[in-house]
Amino acid sequence: MIEVDALDVHYGDFQALFGVSLSLARGRALALAGANGAGKTTLLRALMGAHLPSAGTVRYEGADVTALPPHDRVRRGIAMVPEGRRLFPSLTAEENIKVGAVRAASPDWPLARIYDFLPLAATVRDRRASALSGGERQAVAIARALASGPRLLLLDEISLGLAPGVVEQVYEVVRGLRESGATLLIVEQDLDRALGACDDVVCLLEGRVALTSETAAASREDVVAAYFGTEGPHS
Amino acid sequence: MTAGTGGGAVTAGTAAEGRFAVRRWSRTASVAAAGSVVAVAALAGVPYYAGTSAEQPLVTLFCLVALASLWNLMAGFAGLTSFGQQAYLGAGAYALYAAASMGLDPFAAIPLAAAAAGVLSLPVSFAVLRLSGGHFAVATWVLAEILRLAVTLAPSAGGNTGVSLPGVSGYDALLRQALTYWWALAVAVCSVAGVYALARSRFGLDARAVHSDPVAAASAGVAVGRTRRWAYCLSAFGTGAVGAVLFANTLYTQPGSVFGVQHSVAMMFMVVIGGIGTIEGPILGALVFFALQQALSGYGPWYLVLLGAAGIAITLFAPRGLWGSLAAPRGWSLFPIGHHISGTS
Amino acid sequence: MNWVGAVVQGVLVGGWYALAACGLSLTFGIMRLVNIAHGDLAVCGAYLTLVLSSALGLPVGYTLPLVLPIAFAIGVALHLLLFGRALRGGPLAPVLVTFGLSVMIENLLVAGLSADPRSLDAGRLALAGVRVTAFGSVITLSWLRIAGFLTALAVLGGLHLLLARTSFGRLVRATSDDLDTARLVGVRVRPVFATVAGIAVATAALAGVFLGMTATFDPYAGGLSLIFAFEAVVIGGLGSLWGTLLGGVTIGLVQQLAAQWDVQYTVLAVHLLFFAVLAVRPQGFFPASEPEAA
Ligand SMILES: Nc1ncnc2c1ncn2[C@@H]1O[C@H](COP(=O)(O)OP(=O)(O)OP(=O)(O)O)[C@@H](O)[C@H]1O
Ligand SMILES: [Mg+2]
Repeated sequence: MIEVDALDVHYGDFQALFGVSLSLARGRALALAGANGAGKTTLLRALMGAHLPSAGTVRYEGADVTALPPHDRVRRGIAMVPEGRRLFPSLTAEENIKVGAVRAASPDWPLARIYDFLPLAATVRDRRASALSGGERQAVAIARALASGPRLLLLDEISLGLAPGVVEQVYEVVRGLRESGATLLIVEQDLDRALGACDDVVCLLEGRVALTSETAAASREDVVAAYFGTEGPHS
Repeated sequence: MTAGTGGGAVTAGTAAEGRFAVRRWSRTASVAAAGSVVAVAALAGVPYYAGTSAEQPLVTLFCLVALASLWNLMAGFAGLTSFGQQAYLGAGAYALYAAASMGLDPFAAIPLAAAAAGVLSLPVSFAVLRLSGGHFAVATWVLAEILRLAVTLAPSAGGNTGVSLPGVSGYDALLRQALTYWWALAVAVCSVAGVYALARSRFGLDARAVHSDPVAAASAGVAVGRTRRWAYCLSAFGTGAVGAVLFANTLYTQPGSVFGVQHSVAMMFMVVIGGIGTIEGPILGALVFFALQQALSGYGPWYLVLLGAAGIAITLFAPRGLWGSLAAPRGWSLFPIGHHISGTS
Repeated sequence: MNWVGAVVQGVLVGGWYALAACGLSLTFGIMRLVNIAHGDLAVCGAYLTLVLSSALGLPVGYTLPLVLPIAFAIGVALHLLLFGRALRGGPLAPVLVTFGLSVMIENLLVAGLSADPRSLDAGRLALAGVRVTAFGSVITLSWLRIAGFLTALAVLGGLHLLLARTSFGRLVRATSDDLDTARLVGVRVRPVFATVAGIAVATAALAGVFLGMTATFDPYAGGLSLIFAFEAVVIGGLGSLWGTLLGGVTIGLVQQLAAQWDVQYTVLAVHLLFFAVLAVRPQGFFPASEPEAA
């Protein structure tokens, strides 16, 4: 579904990603792991078109999308739940969700289905986003991404800063998404959760891919080693 | 690497790769400094060997150089674009009028006039510095309008018709013009040298940090407000001196022209075209502006249309200005202000 | 004149200031653009009306269906050519670029249409008035002032509805809240901003038309218009449309009340009020509610 080949991304003179390659097949879920500052958010933003890479290509559903702006990617069915939720604070929850539908790729997720799938978002629909709790914000952020009818969802740190019970609910939603047939790319700090919820795992270390594997084939120790760079080419 | 003020090379720290040095000076800079001293000395002699026909245009040029450097002190180093520096131009001129009316020698009173403008700017800064960006720009412009209206409505300050400089009748015309010339030269040299010294000091480092990212600068412990206030008030002080010198040069001042926003147009144009945030840029910009003024002012409004268009084009397509575009790729720096780090091993 | 009359006149005149200011408030609130050429664009609206009404032989009012779309198109074009680039060019660029634009507009007007003062013929509207009795005093109000005030109310109300109730308004508010995220979820920012710039220039042109009908104007009138508009925005509170209306009315009131004392001091009184507000209450009297951290 998406193939990333030898991606380099710079912030000015600073290089954040070095030749990153990965691929993800339709209907699968990939966990992107890595320490703080490894470049996970940068990779997701590059996939979304928010940062144009300086080298490398991104292919999505067979087409080269490397240089497309974000709104074209949304139209083609990629959507993102950004790190820190990033709701529009002065809009209500429902308005936030409607903004997500501005360039819908498919009519698969009408408002009624979204509220059915995320009851928490339905209960707070008329409240201002700035007045919501962390869990409510996360539900609305996922709802906003779903509103565009995506086939590929990029989820950045969806459990960060949430109470354990709320994290459980969020992963319940992730399981529901998988059942609905969506392809997922999940950035997650919590390794056990990431490995439990996904089919594949990619570990980033200082902007480079340190490990690519199926979760079933990777031992927890391999992943931890790649995560901290205690083994392999960088030790 | 601390923000030292000294020149020369400082060997600072050892990284894993080896030693590296912080340089704040260069051979080019030594040559430029020596050249500047010679040039200023030569210019100081102009009244002896060139006479008044050369003095008149040079006074204008020196005032432009000073105004550009002072505007750059705010815009280039503290991120403040003022459209109201004409307030201090007028404040300097009318302060000189007041001092001369009280019987002080006009040439001796020029520093007083500058000080008056500087003192005025301090309370004003507490109001206008609450704003930034375009809001700051317009607020400073309002101040100039307030002063213009106040002078226009005050018969004791000559009202709308303006005033002549008292106390110059005792001077021989040649001597008066030479004195004006030397004052203009001194104000220009002090402005450039003063801004240069400030830019190399702790203040300059803080100001550049404030300019590039006020929030980050504040969290790194830079006193953003104080840095901006210094830039604003010092710039007002210098601009007041220019206002006084221009008054001494023309012997006549009128609120409608001295408080006009066209002075800000000129300052912005010189700094933008020359190269914002450098020492050389405003000088070059003043030369370009002066040349354009001599060559094109006969074209009236079209000349100003051209200035506006050039200002826009340079801001958008060559934001480093003439000096930055010429010098930066070649590594030239006549008046270095930064810290250059180079490996020594 | 009397005090009651001055208050009523002040409120009506304040409508004009609000009309002149709302575009400035809009572009700042939404795009973070302080358009220094805003007043000059208002004056351009007056000149455009003048040229069109004399070329077509139409009364001023009938040219508005032409003037407003042209002004809107100019705003869109300015955004696509200049403002968008300037907003991406660092903190100083928008100020420098719009200041350069202001210089260009003023001098193009001088070159093309001379620096002579002009005015727009408001026809019967300017001559007719209505006499009302309030608090025992008789006040004469010109229909033109009343029309100006009602127009300002209608424009502000329309803008409010556009922003609060339409899907376009939702995109505008989202983009103004968080530009980067708006882009990430698929909003095309350029057309949104270009439309906002178009609306701002159209409102400025409308203010320019009323300026031309109630006073004379010349190519340099834009500077003072900008200053008044800006003062209304700051006194009212940056980025809030209703604050801008109240800021405009405050200016109108101060001006008319100062005129009761001495007509010479009206403009000075407004400027001094502005400085006082800046020193004492820099957030203005009716600031837009601060968006809390998301
Ligand atoms: N806007 C930016 N400008 C400059 N550097 C940036 C920017 N954003 C990120 N970086 C740098 O790029 C590198 C990768 O950052 P990124 O946010 O992608 O990491 P991450 O893996 O998502 O980390 P985290 O777990 O903290 O979210 C970091 O070194 C970071 O400092
Ligand atoms: Mg991240």
